[in-house]
Amino acid sequence: MADIQNYTINFGPQHPAAHGVLRLILEMDGEVIERADPHIGLLHRATEKLVENKPFNQSIGYMDRLDYVSMMCNEHAYVLAMEKLLGVTPPIRAQYIRVMFDEITRVLNHLLWLGAHALDVGAMTVFLYCFREREDLLDCYEAVSGARMHATYYRPGGVYRDLPDCMPQYQASRWHNEKATASLNENRQGSLLDFIEDFSNRFPTLVDEYETLLTDNRIWKQRTVDIGIVSPERAKALGFTGAMLRGSGVAWDLRKKQPYAVYDKMDFDIPVGKTGDCYDRYVVRVEEMRQANRIIKQCIAWLRENPGPVMLNNHKIVPPSRVEMKSDMESLIHHFKLFTEGFCIPEGEAYAAVEHPKGEFGIYLVSDGANKPYRLKIRAPGFVHLSALDEMVRGHMLADVVTILSSQDIVFGEVDR
Amino acid sequence: MNTSQLIDSLQQHFANTIKDVSACCGEVTLEVDKSDLLSVATQLRDTPNFKFEQLIDACGVDYLTYGVSEWSTNNATATGFERGVRREGEKIHNTEWDKPRFAVVYHLLSVSLNQRLRLKVFVEGEPPMVDSVVDIWPAVNWFEREAFDLFGILFKDHPDLRRILTDYGFIGHPFRKDFPLIGNVEMRYDASQKRVIYEPVSIEPRTLVPKVIRHDNRYAQELETPGEANG
Repeated sequence: MADIQNYTINFGPQHPAAHGVLRLILEMDGEVIERADPHIGLLHRATEKLVENKPFNQSIGYMDRLDYVSMMCNEHAYVLAMEKLLGVTPPIRAQYIRVMFDEITRVLNHLLWLGAHALDVGAMTVFLYCFREREDLLDCYEAVSGARMHATYYRPGGVYRDLPDCMPQYQASRWHNEKATASLNENRQGSLLDFIEDFSNRFPTLVDEYETLLTDNRIWKQRTVDIGIVSPERAKALGFTGAMLRGSGVAWDLRKKQPYAVYDKMDFDIPVGKTGDCYDRYVVRVEEMRQANRIIKQCIAWLRENPGPVMLNNHKIVPPSRVEMKSDMESLIHHFKLFTEGFCIPEGEAYAAVEHPKGEFGIYLVSDGANKPYRLKIRAPGFVHLSALDEMVRGHMLADVVTILSSQDIVFGEVDR
Repeated sequence: MNTSQLIDSLQQHFANTIKDVSACCGEVTLEVDKSDLLSVATQLRDTPNFKFEQLIDACGVDYLTYGVSEWSTNNATATGFERGVRREGEKIHNTEWDKPRFAVVYHLLSVSLNQRLRLKVFVEGEPPMVDSVVDIWPAVNWFEREAFDLFGILFKDHPDLRRILTDYGFIGHPFRKDFPLIGNVEMRYDASQKRVIYEPVSIEPRTLVPKVIRHDNRYAQELETPGEANG
């Protein structure tokens, strides 16, 4: 009889199920995984070093490019860290706008995750459904910041500008005639808030659609139930946060436990799993989308009632408006100083964390009193989750590696930084 | 538990081992000697009124150029903007750094007691070396690999201390302050040798904005009041 021995296979970095550029070295016994060694860093751009060489206010854009499917949540953590050291609090309306866009971002992220996860497991349809809704949400990004992904919308001291009164409209083209365009523009007649409200009214039915396809689906359950189980104790020891921790049954959510912005004024629930397998993490994230929708609705109601400033009026950190700049000498000087030298942040160190769609996203900022960060450390949730992959996949089959990996919701922009 | 209570119980519990404990922006920082790291870390995890069962983050910090700025801000100088962007320009030491060059900073979280702590250890020597806490918090595994890769800090008894973020065969520790931003080598595909080759970098380093330290916190009072919308 021939000798049976383990063999090693290489997975990625160009594999579509590797979620970007993950290279996995898998040691297999037949089709069973003995050991998995993730090789990361193929997307390492030294973001932290780049940030240390730029003034504080020029690095917000780098944050968008970390986890490039939940852009504004990354910005939020960085902006919060700066505000903590500066000792400023943005106006209340800006905080509501931030919360609303954080939740829009959460839905955006979970939609991409759900689509990609289902696709990895073999269900094509969900991906198409999810991208249909992502389109609307990216339009919100575009309407408010001008960019569909890399928004740079949150600024120290508030948000870049107030919510617009009108939505961009589709134009008739070779592919869409007047009639088709009119129906596309139907819910874009009012302000951005009207558009988001229309979306939030439609969205629960749409989540039902995804659930019809997956939640009770026999194949889906066979592929995800009891795959990649992590016990609550182990999840804490491994540093899990966010949906990964909640999927294991630990009711921990920074929005509830250590609220930032105006999350303490919001009414929402934290979904918690029971067994800590891939299916639980799926159910938790789907419910999170519904809860995010609830928060969005509350923000819309508040924002309609309460107009007000969205930026501080302190021109030592916030640039003056264009009109002021062109008519007032003092404003011109402030503008010049802010865009050539930036602002200095008092000496000290701060850690600001937000409940990012993927877990706890934190920024550790050390300032020596200069106009550039002395040290910036990005605590990316995906990095910690991926480090536990080896433990989670041991003893599973090759096909389960893909399921477990995508149930971790990995994005390489933040893992490699 | 609020920060002052946490500081009190830290001071009671670790009376002899604490080097420094402070609170800033509502966060508590505990500094210990590197020889006490393992015992302090174990107690922080297991003692009932600390219970830091989660390690959120660990990272290295290089204090080589801490408080050094490139532009004099206290008085006018004869030269213009180029004094800041010139690579070998003046270096102004604003604060004297009397501690070791490297630090490892751990961020701890207690899920059960809802509290956070920053644990700081200064490490000296070349290469700097500190005990690994991977047996206390398994989550630190990749963070220590990262600190080794980027700062060259060695972690004693780490099971698998390999480079993690940089390329296979990379030389140097890129996040050290004396490692140039543009790097040391660049690579390209050489058609004649039919392989990827490494060469010294050909681009010029440049400073777009000089590092400036200004002590004008005279506006600190004004920062509190939200004003009118703009932009």
